[in-house]
Amino acid sequence: MFTYTLRRLFFAIPTLLIISFVIFALLDLAPSDPTGDLPLTIPPDVREQIRASLGLDQPFLIRYLKWLQQFFINEPLNILESLTGWQFGDGERMRVLSWATRSPVVDLIVQRLPQTLWVVGLAYIFGILIAIPIGVISAYKQYSIFDQIGTFISMVGYSVPTFFTGVLLIVIFSSYLQWFPSVYDTNLRVTDFDSFVAQVRQMALPVFVLALYNASQIARFVRASMLDNLHQDYVRTARAKGVKEKTVLLVHVLRNSLIPVVTVIALGVPTVFSGAIITEQVFRVNGLGQLLIVAVQGADIPLVQTLTFIFAVLIVLFNLIADVLYGILDPRIRYD
Amino acid sequence: MRKLKLLLAGTVAAMALSGATAHAERGTDGDLKILFWQAVSTMNPYLSGGTKEELSSSIVLEPLARYNETGALTPWLAAEIPTLDNGGVTQDLLSMTWKLKPDVKWSDGSAFTAEDVVFTWKYCTAPDGGCAQAAQYEGVKSVEAIDPHTVKITFEEPKPHPYSAFISAKSPIIQAAQFKDCVGAKAPGCTSANFLPLGTGPFVVKDFKPNDVVTFEANPNYRDATKPAFASITLKGGGDAASAARAVLETGEYDYAWNAQVEPEVLQTMMAAGKGRLEISFGTQVERINLNWTNPDQALGAKRSTKDAGPHPALKDPAVRRALSLAIDRDIIVEAGYGQSGKPTCNIVPAPEAVASTKNDSWCLKQDLEAANKLLDDAGWAKGGDGIRAKDGVKLSFLYSTSTNSVRQATQELVKSMWAEIGVDAELRNASASVFFGGDPASPDTFQKFYADVLMYTNNFSGTDPEKYLAEWLCDKMPGPSNGWQGQNIPRYCNPEYDKLVGELSRTADLEKRIALGKQLNDMLTEEGAHIPLVHRGDQSSFAVTLEGVKMNSWDSQIWNIADWSRKK
Repeated sequence: MFTYTLRRLFFAIPTLLIISFVIFALLDLAPSDPTGDLPLTIPPDVREQIRASLGLDQPFLIRYLKWLQQFFINEPLNILESLTGWQFGDGERMRVLSWATRSPVVDLIVQRLPQTLWVVGLAYIFGILIAIPIGVISAYKQYSIFDQIGTFISMVGYSVPTFFTGVLLIVIFSSYLQWFPSVYDTNLRVTDFDSFVAQVRQMALPVFVLALYNASQIARFVRASMLDNLHQDYVRTARAKGVKEKTVLLVHVLRNSLIPVVTVIALGVPTVFSGAIITEQVFRVNGLGQLLIVAVQGADIPLVQTLTFIFAVLIVLFNLIADVLYGILDPRIRYD
Repeated sequence: MRKLKLLLAGTVAAMALSGATAHAERGTDGDLKILFWQAVSTMNPYLSGGTKEELSSSIVLEPLARYNETGALTPWLAAEIPTLDNGGVTQDLLSMTWKLKPDVKWSDGSAFTAEDVVFTWKYCTAPDGGCAQAAQYEGVKSVEAIDPHTVKITFEEPKPHPYSAFISAKSPIIQAAQFKDCVGAKAPGCTSANFLPLGTGPFVVKDFKPNDVVTFEANPNYRDATKPAFASITLKGGGDAASAARAVLETGEYDYAWNAQVEPEVLQTMMAAGKGRLEISFGTQVERINLNWTNPDQALGAKRSTKDAGPHPALKDPAVRRALSLAIDRDIIVEAGYGQSGKPTCNIVPAPEAVASTKNDSWCLKQDLEAANKLLDDAGWAKGGDGIRAKDGVKLSFLYSTSTNSVRQATQELVKSMWAEIGVDAELRNASASVFFGGDPASPDTFQKFYADVLMYTNNFSGTDPEKYLAEWLCDKMPGPSNGWQGQNIPRYCNPEYDKLVGELSRTADLEKRIALGKQLNDMLTEEGAHIPLVHRGDQSSFAVTLEGVKMNSWDSQIWNIADWSRKK
């Protein structure tokens, strides 16, 4: 198992290098321009100077190598410096700078991460907590009213896009009932009970929208996986031996059913980091998803490049984690 | 110049009156909540050039003079506007001298001096800095501090209209002490200076979260001890125009949302909640349809839509160009897409009022299908079996391109149906705004390439003087491979007579004569059909009903007088 993990990690390096090159090349080929959003009153020669100051006058390969150096050498060194207080060289390193804000990309990401983890991460956890019981009961009482309703709700939750449910909830709960704010306040600090309530209120709607979506997806998996296992021979054997029905269901069947579900959940974790682009935009939760979409719109290539690459790293990493988890959970599977 | 002065005197008087009654103490009105649906990326307008950064930085940074809501120049950090009459501008038009207000302080308490003004010029013109507002300092040879409160600007050649450097939210003064190590290539590295610039304005940046939220506090060293009325500002960014307008007009969560670019009927339903109002002001934005004077035929390869492609087979006929304009009902386009924030126009220079021509309003403003059909009939364009006119094998069927935007697509549909009534067909196309305006020479979809017959978008000019703007239609400004498709003469209009008049305008200092020349140039463009002006577009923002002292301004930052804003008690 250990050598398998090591081997996979080793293979991840060329994979990620290729991914970074493909992302860079795609972004370079895309016909958008960082000066494209500027007012037309800014004359062409000034635009040319702006592009040159961003380094766009250099050839493609040089820009790519520079980014590699900034991202793989300069940024880690910077993080190491700020963590340990050591100084490497003179400390003057070119960092990956966003074109729109002219500030280091890593700082932007660090600033946005908490909102995304709170809102999207919480929605993911809630989604899982809601989905598992619904999936279990739906499968155990297949074709019952509970199952029909559960299936209907998860179909709706899965197929209605979040930009619709989000706006619908804003219209009902913010505009009409005025229970929850429609705009997320990133400056809010939780210091006492009142500010905690305010934080809960502003997180309620986006978390609900995303939890519904996540729960629908995972509930379908749990139900299908439970149904597979409920008809297995070992279940009949357990029942024949007089094991209590509760134990059969929650110990024997559920444990075995969760193996594929855990894999699905692990594979979904990177999407938590990439944020829910649309939901963040609708509720103005200024997290990573919103950062990415603004960067795409403004042709802020270093920011898009860095963010998408970090997502790629997470996806590769969680794929590996899912595979390893599978091996740990299911003793029948051995990689070595 | 006389007119300018009158305007100045009037507005100063008006400002004094309104300022006295509104409020009396600093920081008594709590927090002002502002929503920008495009979030602010930096507080340094010299590194961005975007309108959102211009606006947000105008809360903190101030220029020597601003345009007020009528478009008149108003002294801001300067004691007065230098003119030929008061000796501030020399008779040879080669230099001007600004007298600064005494006793102005930066928010850190240090004195604001002429050295800061000189530094600002050096900062924006430093090589490798990529200063987005470099055009404001074009033609400036040197800026010197004569004494701590006097600045002299020398120009490379006589400048009849010298008001550009250090004027309006586009070129505010930054503090020399704070930015001294941030000149040229080092500019982007100064993150804390760029995010938290010190200013002379009514507020100070307290906290800046890029592309998210900015918090401001009242400036304790602001020169008027009774202002600003608000103690702090929270400027949130992100989302879309419609939900930003809703947060002010319907839910009342915010006091001011910038740029309510939303269909009129949607805004009407939001207004029903009674929590907010819309304020509209008109600047120089004109939505127009450019007509391609060169041949965009694909068969011409690299030559298409350039001077070498030869004239457009159908649009070279003046009758066709005139008929296309006559067939359009501008009132319907305004009603459907713009509501209160648009007016039908036939001018490319629609404002200020003194500068706008009315010569072509008689034939052009009202739709006249009969006249349009007659023009085409007389010119020999006959309707074929499919109802589309043709002559010598050339069909009046046009590729009509624009940027992706729901109002523009609706306008395209309307114009297409209007043109159908005179036997002209249009194929509609749109490209994403970031590509269309992106200027990438490798993309075929940019507006500079103009690989279409007609092309619709909005442009405007900054300030109130159209000289530079009207020079965009010079023959040698045509985009093409030789200049990397960077010219501004998008229609590829070329008329030596026009070029001569533009030259004359650049040498004329007398205001009356400048206005007359400007009108003549504007009329030439409309009459000859370089383009079809459609809508004079206004700026429209939403404000809470409790907000007082707002004066919408299209000539400068919309929130130019934020120091005077207050909350109704």
